[in-house]
Amino acid sequence: MNLWLIPTLPLIGAAVNGLFGRRMPRMAINAVAVLSVVASFLLALNVFNNLGDQPIVERYFTWIASGALTIPVEFAVDRLTMVMLLIVTGIGSLIHVYAVGYMAHEGGYYRFFSYLNLFMFFMLVLVLANNYLLLFVGWEGVGLCSYLLIGFYFLENWATSAGNKAFIVNRIGDFGFMLAMLLMFNQFGSLDIPVVLEGAKALPVEHSAGMLTAIGLLLLVGAAGKSAQIPLYVWLPDAMAGPTPVSALIHAATMVTAGVYVVARSSAIFTHAPIAMDTVAIIGLATAVMAALIGVLQNDIKKVFAYSTVSQLGYMFLALGVGAFSAGIYHVMTHAFFKALLFLGAGSVIHALEGEQDIRNMGGLRSKIPITFVTLMAAGLAIAGFPYTSGYFSKDEILLAAHHHSPWMFWVGVFTAGLTAFYVFRCLLLTFFGEYRGHAHHPPHESPPVMWIPLAILAVLSLGGGFIAIPHYLEPVLGHAGQAHDPTLVIIATSAGLIGIAIAAWMYLIAPGVPDAIARTFKGLYNFVYNKFYVDEAYNAAVIQPVIEGSRIFLWRGVDAGLIDGIVNGVGKRSRGLGGILRLAQSGNIRNYAAWVVMGSILVIVFLGFSGGAK
Amino acid sequence: MNLLDFVLFAPAAAFVIALLIPRNNPGLSRMFTLGASLVIFLASLLLIGGVSAAPREFRFVTDFQWIQSPNIRYHIGLDGLSLWLVVLTTMLTPIAALISWTYIDQRVKEFYAFLLLLEFGVIGVFVSLDLFLFFVFWEVSLVPMYFLVGIWGHERRIYAAVKFFLYTMVGSMMMLASMIWLYGKAGSFDYGIILDGLRTGKIALTSTEQLLLFLGFFLAFAIKVPLFPLHTWLPDAHVEAPTAGSVMLASVMLKMGTYGLVRYNLPLFPQASRDSAPWIVSLAIIGIIYGALVAMVQPNMKKLVAYSSVSHLGFVVLGIFSFTQQGLDGAVYQMLNHGVSTGALFILVGYLYERRHSLEISSYGGVATLAPWLSTVFLLTTFASIGLPTLNNFVGEFLVLQGAAKANFSWAVFAAIGVILSACYMLWMYQRAFLGRAGESLAHHMHDLSPREWAAILPLVALMIWMGVYSQSFLPPVSAQNAQILEQTKRNVDFRVSNHAIQELGNVR
Repeated sequence: MNLWLIPTLPLIGAAVNGLFGRRMPRMAINAVAVLSVVASFLLALNVFNNLGDQPIVERYFTWIASGALTIPVEFAVDRLTMVMLLIVTGIGSLIHVYAVGYMAHEGGYYRFFSYLNLFMFFMLVLVLANNYLLLFVGWEGVGLCSYLLIGFYFLENWATSAGNKAFIVNRIGDFGFMLAMLLMFNQFGSLDIPVVLEGAKALPVEHSAGMLTAIGLLLLVGAAGKSAQIPLYVWLPDAMAGPTPVSALIHAATMVTAGVYVVARSSAIFTHAPIAMDTVAIIGLATAVMAALIGVLQNDIKKVFAYSTVSQLGYMFLALGVGAFSAGIYHVMTHAFFKALLFLGAGSVIHALEGEQDIRNMGGLRSKIPITFVTLMAAGLAIAGFPYTSGYFSKDEILLAAHHHSPWMFWVGVFTAGLTAFYVFRCLLLTFFGEYRGHAHHPPHESPPVMWIPLAILAVLSLGGGFIAIPHYLEPVLGHAGQAHDPTLVIIATSAGLIGIAIAAWMYLIAPGVPDAIARTFKGLYNFVYNKFYVDEAYNAAVIQPVIEGSRIFLWRGVDAGLIDGIVNGVGKRSRGLGGILRLAQSGNIRNYAAWVVMGSILVIVFLGFSGGAK
Repeated sequence: MNLLDFVLFAPAAAFVIALLIPRNNPGLSRMFTLGASLVIFLASLLLIGGVSAAPREFRFVTDFQWIQSPNIRYHIGLDGLSLWLVVLTTMLTPIAALISWTYIDQRVKEFYAFLLLLEFGVIGVFVSLDLFLFFVFWEVSLVPMYFLVGIWGHERRIYAAVKFFLYTMVGSMMMLASMIWLYGKAGSFDYGIILDGLRTGKIALTSTEQLLLFLGFFLAFAIKVPLFPLHTWLPDAHVEAPTAGSVMLASVMLKMGTYGLVRYNLPLFPQASRDSAPWIVSLAIIGIIYGALVAMVQPNMKKLVAYSSVSHLGFVVLGIFSFTQQGLDGAVYQMLNHGVSTGALFILVGYLYERRHSLEISSYGGVATLAPWLSTVFLLTTFASIGLPTLNNFVGEFLVLQGAAKANFSWAVFAAIGVILSACYMLWMYQRAFLGRAGESLAHHMHDLSPREWAAILPLVALMIWMGVYSQSFLPPVSAQNAQILEQTKRNVDFRVSNHAIQELGNVR
């Protein structure tokens, strides 16, 4: 099947644009960037047509070999990977096309597309990898591209700082991922995904509990980093510093779902580790609620959607944690449709308003940019779970599974669904309805076809994509997950969304004074939420500053320059140049130093003696 | 005279010739050194085939009596452990010559002569199979580095050079004492004979003796590595050294220490090595975290890279004393990786220094706009250094961590914290020096890479990718030899400890 071509084509695109892009005409850059991804998509479709019941596995070469450890470069496609492949290459193609229009007036054009293609390469390696270490290559690689693209406007400090934050927070997650892999190899003697999963299933219960729980929780740390879950979600809102197509592709549709993918891929480990599973569910649920609450009060259109992404990812984790793995992947897909659309639509709005991102300076845009308006409303309905839109199906799957697991999770999920509908429509209504409150120099203009055609395609998918029955398709890989269809629960869940929309309409269309009145009444709470619960500030005060200041004052000035060098310089105080050393030797002081060394050695020996040849 | 003799003595011959070049012709000194070191490099590439065919044995051996009494032999050879270290040395010497082309404009002749002498000493260290010969080369390599720092360094060069010299000398003395003690027991300085004697029981050491001898060697190597808390000579030496000095120091001279640990401490004193492993590993892990934390707050680029070396070399020591195949393989691979990527970092910092004449991070900012290729290469090296997969360091770090995890999982947990911190200090430095808007004065100084600069850095960039993507080109001979060393550390123990203990060790690991 030549699976390797699927990631390699974008890699070639990245290399060509990166090395020669500066001297290439725009059309050539576009052609290289877009066609390489579209070709990948077509190859993925071809794989889809040929995929039978057995996974397709291809082995290329040995990457690392040491003793019992062998890590091949090996790709595999089963139905789960297939879904991810199509999402990544499909949405990726649309966003590449869109970006041709969006980035038309930006500097560093070739650089942008080179990074974007490189991202596609790593993301495809991530989903194709047949062993965890190779998956980790993609995992870290997408982190690299995320760093590069968030910091794309590298002249600005806010952009580069956001890039650093994203990479470093993800590194904390990767720490967990790495430790999980080390444990896997210790336990199963291999990092091949099928071997590890088979091993996890075969492990006797008395061993499995502790070991698999540890592996599961460590994987969760990794997933929480990449998929922006509590407590590592803080990088994602800042990541909006990148150009909007990046936010859509990397920070909404694909990369941030990698954590969901990894947990689903490792479902055999999690199903044998109930504690880890419950932790996944609770973290997901908590993230969903918290991010939705913050989203309610954001005024930057991209920030609203960013917190919405965090919240929706929380939903997906909830699905995984309650055992509905295929529902999680289902939501990955529908979310990729409507969230990519929300971001691209937001980009179209920002484009129309010459860079304005604050919804308080928008309003009344529905007649000025009608295509953007219609498509964004479609996305809004989908995320709110309006009946028979894509979000309706996947969200119901998740909520039903949550109810099956423990009813309180269902109710919290329903509440979050209402909040979601509310803040998304608050944002859309403030943008498109009422009077125009901004002060752009030129009248807003609709985006060119190269931008709105992808919007239109995504709108169709957002509305109708739910009919692609992912859970059914994934049954051979992830097992049967469908819960009994309970009409009452579906109605409750759906009405929560509708109520959310209704409240938003009431507060922002019919009675516009209400929001301010509420804000005044609950001033303390309002400020607490408005400032995102002061989480960034708390991290800064509790972790970052102590580490930096401690390193500077205690370790560097104290231990290094003070203590160690104090001793060394004390000994060699009088040595100035080579003559100084000789003088020192003649004065007999070298004995002091030698004595010091011997004493140190004796101390070590005594220490060892006492510890009884410690192992 | 075989090929290895040529690779070893060609630098010495070139050193003598370089001294004969007239002082008023610096161009000739440069050209000669570059040409000679390139020839040596190409010759050393021919060694690869011979060693790879049988990496567990010493190849290209020359062995004859050098001094009758005491019994000192000229005995050299090459195996899977030393092969790449020799190639790394021969590769970096022409690179060091290239990057000094305009940087060094005083006493050019002497500078290049010392560079060749340094190459001679370092190669000698890696190929010696006689303890005394090893010691001679160990000291020979010290002298040119002392002068490189002391003559061509920055303001505090004398302080740094003396500190470097003193530190190393203290370690060397202890090592020499241990060697002489061993000679007293074995009647020979020959590595093979001593190893054989220990294995067969002809040379019997009490456990106290073994521990003391172990510590004698260990101290010398630990200072060279440098292992926390013996590292404080390194930042000073790096900051004060000229670029080529920093590169040779970081890339090859530090490896003399880690190489010594693997070559001498482990096989000669297996019991003491295993006994002291937890203590040494603790120091290594402290070094990993401590080095990274202190690197994080350095305002000076070279100091930052120097402290990052302390952190990276901690990984190497951790791998060595994990006594696992993966740990040892990772450690040796990491020696090479560090040589390539940290060498590249020092070269790039040197390029910046040649433009702006400052090592302070705050003197820069916005270099990316002014010198995009320089910045791109620096970014790639940055990511190599922080262990991004597909680049070289990742392979080594992963193997070390896996080895450590096999020995004791908590070691891996602590060591992995270093991986997080490395991202912090490197990315913060990159942000402050390269991103943002460029100031007026910087724009005046900054220009992109020249062809000569490209020629020096490109091989290293290529290696970062090659070693990261296809480690099979490099790892098999290393792995084969490490398996043997690991075998030796088990084999030599058995006449001193019960079989039960060995089995226990086997089970735990």
